Amino acid sequence: MGLAGPTELDAVWRQHSRKVLATLIRLLRDFDLAEEALHDAFLVAANKWPREGMPDNPSAWLISAGRFRALDKLRQRACFDTAQAELALLLADTESAEETHLADDQLRLIFTCCHPDLAPEAQVALTLREVCGLTTEEIARAFLIRTPTLAQRIVRAKLRIKEAGLPYEIPAQEELPGRLDSVLRVIYLVFNEGYSAHSGDSIVRAELSVEAVRLGRLLAGLLPDGEVLGLLGLMLLNEARRQARQTSTGDVVLLADQDRSLWDRAMMAEGTILIEQAFRQHQVGPYVLQGAIAAVHAAASSAAETDWNEILGLYGILRRAAPSPIVQLNRAIAVSMVRGPAAALPLVQSMLDTGQLADYHLAHVAEADLLRQLGRNELAKAAYVRALQLCRLEPERRLLQRRLAELAPS
Amino acid sequence: MQYMFLIYLDEAKFAVMSQPERDAFGNGMLDYDEELKASGHYVTAEPLKAPSEATTVRRWNGALTTTDGPFMETKEHLSGFVLVQARDLNEAIQLAGRMPLATVGSIEVRPLDVLERS
Repeated sequence: MGLAGPTELDAVWRQHSRKVLATLIRLLRDFDLAEEALHDAFLVAANKWPREGMPDNPSAWLISAGRFRALDKLRQRACFDTAQAELALLLADTESAEETHLADDQLRLIFTCCHPDLAPEAQVALTLREVCGLTTEEIARAFLIRTPTLAQRIVRAKLRIKEAGLPYEIPAQEELPGRLDSVLRVIYLVFNEGYSAHSGDSIVRAELSVEAVRLGRLLAGLLPDGEVLGLLGLMLLNEARRQARQTSTGDVVLLADQDRSLWDRAMMAEGTILIEQAFRQHQVGPYVLQGAIAAVHAAASSAAETDWNEILGLYGILRRAAPSPIVQLNRAIAVSMVRGPAAALPLVQSMLDTGQLADYHLAHVAEADLLRQLGRNELAKAAYVRALQLCRLEPERRLLQRRLAELAPS
Repeated sequence: MQYMFLIYLDEAKFAVMSQPERDAFGNGMLDYDEELKASGHYVTAEPLKAPSEATTVRRWNGALTTTDGPFMETKEHLSGFVLVQARDLNEAIQLAGRMPLATVGSIEVRPLDVLERS
């Protein structure tokens, strides 16, 4: 027991507030009442702890203080109806706040925030605010949307949870795969938004990626399912390359040109181990496969030493496990590395011809790169121009303009 | 961050109320202020006199002019404000939603801006 000053309180807030909130949401079955209770509990702590010392188990103390304050408020407020009277009774009996309980509550909260009944963009917003503790303003800034729009999304999602009575629980075993899918999708979306934003002037929005990795770790600790490990491994293997992905002036550096001494080897090793672990569980889904491909890149000490045969094989499995035009496009790039650009070009062109990926700038970039490698410069230029018309990301645009300039006759 | 709650009310809705009903809103708002103070969200709050007491000031083209009444002719008038300290917009919305007057009027929530000399 030590006396708690502002620094200690800040540390407690950072360490415990999200866990305490998750438990309060379960106890109170109301996001907003729980947030209020959390706020009040910290207010009481800020008053008491500096005088009386910090309790041995701060989370348990905060949960108990929060639930008492909530109970008081429910009693005071005029809207004290029968449902709330029942809730108050429920609150009145005590319950331990063991660490396993706290962890389960966080997992419950993730599943509730990512419930398939909520719109996908609401799932993301709610997860970042309620689970990660980001403010509405921070989330809006990261996703380049107006704060009032995002705030409204969160208000509506909470209302939906309340009105539809979405359960605050960890799904049963038979429901788990479907429900887990949407959780993993949200986490990966947050990661990618931070790793490679869709528009704006910087390709790196580190905060979101850090949050996604943190969520991935939390989930992997609680639910070490193959795909959960796969996703965490995949994110770590990508995150490890962050330093090498852009120059100091913010220009894109492609994988083949990256200075591999800038790669975070410890993070890569951790990611690779996770992928191996997932393979051993014989649960090889799309995230594990994408992670495995990233691990092959990580294993190569130079771009030339990349085992493209292995990558092509993995894309072959991924294409069957999770067929998508993006996977086909990436596989085509692997084909070009193994069998040459002439073998890959028809694959890319047939996808563009059928209208698949016609609006996706990277498909046009792939076509342009292949044409350039084949020496068909005029056609390559036209493809780069099409890619430029579709690309909104400033650093990528600069890269495409450099490519175009290289092709111009001197 | 600080957020301003601008309270817009339609006087016609209050005109038909009994005095105890009107008093309940007044007392409810004072209780609400106390609640905000206790939770550490309170910065300041004041009601405003009726729009008929308003004067709109302009100094367009250098000349000071004044007109009676509020600038805009709308059914709901700005009737008071509350300034709060909140974690983010969603917490501010939550606080505004608990205001007794939110049940009859509209509360506009606006973040405060920072004006810097440039």
